[in-house]
Amino acid sequence: MKRDWLPLLLIPALMIGALPLIGSPASWVTLTVAGLAMGLMIFIMASGLTLTFGLMDVLNFGHGAFIAVGAFVAASVMLALAPWMTADSIWLNLAAIGPAVLAAMVVSGVLGLGFERVIVRPVYGQHLKQILVTTGGLIVAEQLLKVIWGPDQITLSRPTALRGAFLFGDIAIEKYRVLAVVVGLVVFAALALTLNRTRLGLLIRAGVENGEMVEALGYRIRRLFVGVFVVGSALAGLGGAMWGLYQETVTAAIGAQVAVLVFIVIIIGGLGSVGGCFVGALLVGLTANYIGFLAPKVALGSNILLMALVLLWRPQGLYPVAKR
Amino acid sequence: MAEPLLSLRGVQTHIGHYHILHGVEFDVAEGGLTMLLGRNGAGKTTTLRTIMGMWRAAAGEIRFDGRDITNMPTPDIARLGIAYVPESMAIFADLTVQENLVLAARSGPMDQKRLDWIFGRFEALKRFWMLPAGLLSGGQKQMLAVARAIIEPRRLLLIDEPTKGLAPAIIANMIDAFRELKDGESTLLVVEQNFAFARQLGDSVAVMDDGRVAHQGGMAAFAADSALQQHLLGLGMDTHQ
Repeated sequence: MKRDWLPLLLIPALMIGALPLIGSPASWVTLTVAGLAMGLMIFIMASGLTLTFGLMDVLNFGHGAFIAVGAFVAASVMLALAPWMTADSIWLNLAAIGPAVLAAMVVSGVLGLGFERVIVRPVYGQHLKQILVTTGGLIVAEQLLKVIWGPDQITLSRPTALRGAFLFGDIAIEKYRVLAVVVGLVVFAALALTLNRTRLGLLIRAGVENGEMVEALGYRIRRLFVGVFVVGSALAGLGGAMWGLYQETVTAAIGAQVAVLVFIVIIIGGLGSVGGCFVGALLVGLTANYIGFLAPKVALGSNILLMALVLLWRPQGLYPVAKR
Repeated sequence: MAEPLLSLRGVQTHIGHYHILHGVEFDVAEGGLTMLLGRNGAGKTTTLRTIMGMWRAAAGEIRFDGRDITNMPTPDIARLGIAYVPESMAIFADLTVQENLVLAARSGPMDQKRLDWIFGRFEALKRFWMLPAGLLSGGQKQMLAVARAIIEPRRLLLIDEPTKGLAPAIIANMIDAFRELKDGESTLLVVEQNFAFARQLGDSVAVMDDGRVAHQGGMAAFAADSALQQHLLGLGMDTHQ
């Protein structure tokens, strides 16, 4: 089977290209792991959004709401279980994080179900209205978060077991980033297996390409879409919880802030492509960390520049999805 | 007289501001092959898509096996046993040939005997079994689109221009396959521009003109009436072939 390896090769090329610029191998390893961790957290948040766009052409600018809700719900659970978070036992730490992450995913997933029913469903096929109502949904969600949790930011401390870094000589790798990499890879593997090895995955891939023909084969694509929307929202909630712990603060604007990176990633990857989203997320994470170290003043615009360069090379993104 | 498997009465369809079908009426008898002919823009593709529920009928009634299916959701229509091959083929380009057929076999694993029969007609599908369908040639994509419709027994096949762009040898295989299907389990309604193909296969014919059915009858009588062909299709027999 013919595979397009070129976009994938950009990742090692970027890593190798950054090494002489950074100079110190120890700093390079630290930045690379930080970039991969950041990229994989963004991938978790973006994967659902790219699929919902691919399946139903829905531009959901309210995706940040699920990220923010996930972060707040997880923060609440972790604060309630603060004694377990600060305990010296890794098992007690995990006993606090597990329910926090689960609650974030469930609440975000349920919110996604309601969001699809009330806000997205009436505007299928109408892009301008989708942009307006989903952006409105995000604004309303942000205000509701302030009403429920108050206007002040919530400070989060990482559990004891995830504080500090692993030291290998001069190289320091933050423990939390290693966890982020592992969780991100597990989510990617689960998505890849589902999409490539199951009938449900076949249906999703076919639906992204040509939903009308999937319906003509006898499958109800709307139900499939609702399912994907809910799973995507739950993953955004998981990503929000992880991003909150990564930044160690949670604010109502957390979703809108990360959503910018999420949109850059799905555009770079090719709308509707999970593989493209994965590669795009890693490129964004690595670029942000390398540029942040080398030229902090231009760090803010580095991902926009990356997106522009990718689109100049491949205007439909790294892995364009064949559309009807 | 037996009730037709499919019947359309006064079907009207609009696409945007355009009024395309102006009261389409015809019957498709069970167990045969009906050819739907007509000039470009006569409304043939719109008729098939309206039957499948892909475009809404603004008025009229479509009955399948005695049941009103007008404007039913497309998946429900498909689940009644109607398969559709669009003119654009609409194969899933990112999926392999195998995955395209696995998806079309709705009721479970593919029947190997039936698959072998399909391979016998469309050998290229076996050769490129694991290749992404987007890499197939135009003719091979057409084979895959037809194979997808017949991978499981269906009561009615709606096929839009199956011979478009195909080599003569593949058309011959297609004729054999359609003949076996109509002699066996399926009823076919085929939109076709190639009159030589239509004449060989069709049991009956409905000819559309300007969004209406202008003639319906037996294919043999229509094929023998050059004047009627000239009048309805605007082309002589020689031009069709």
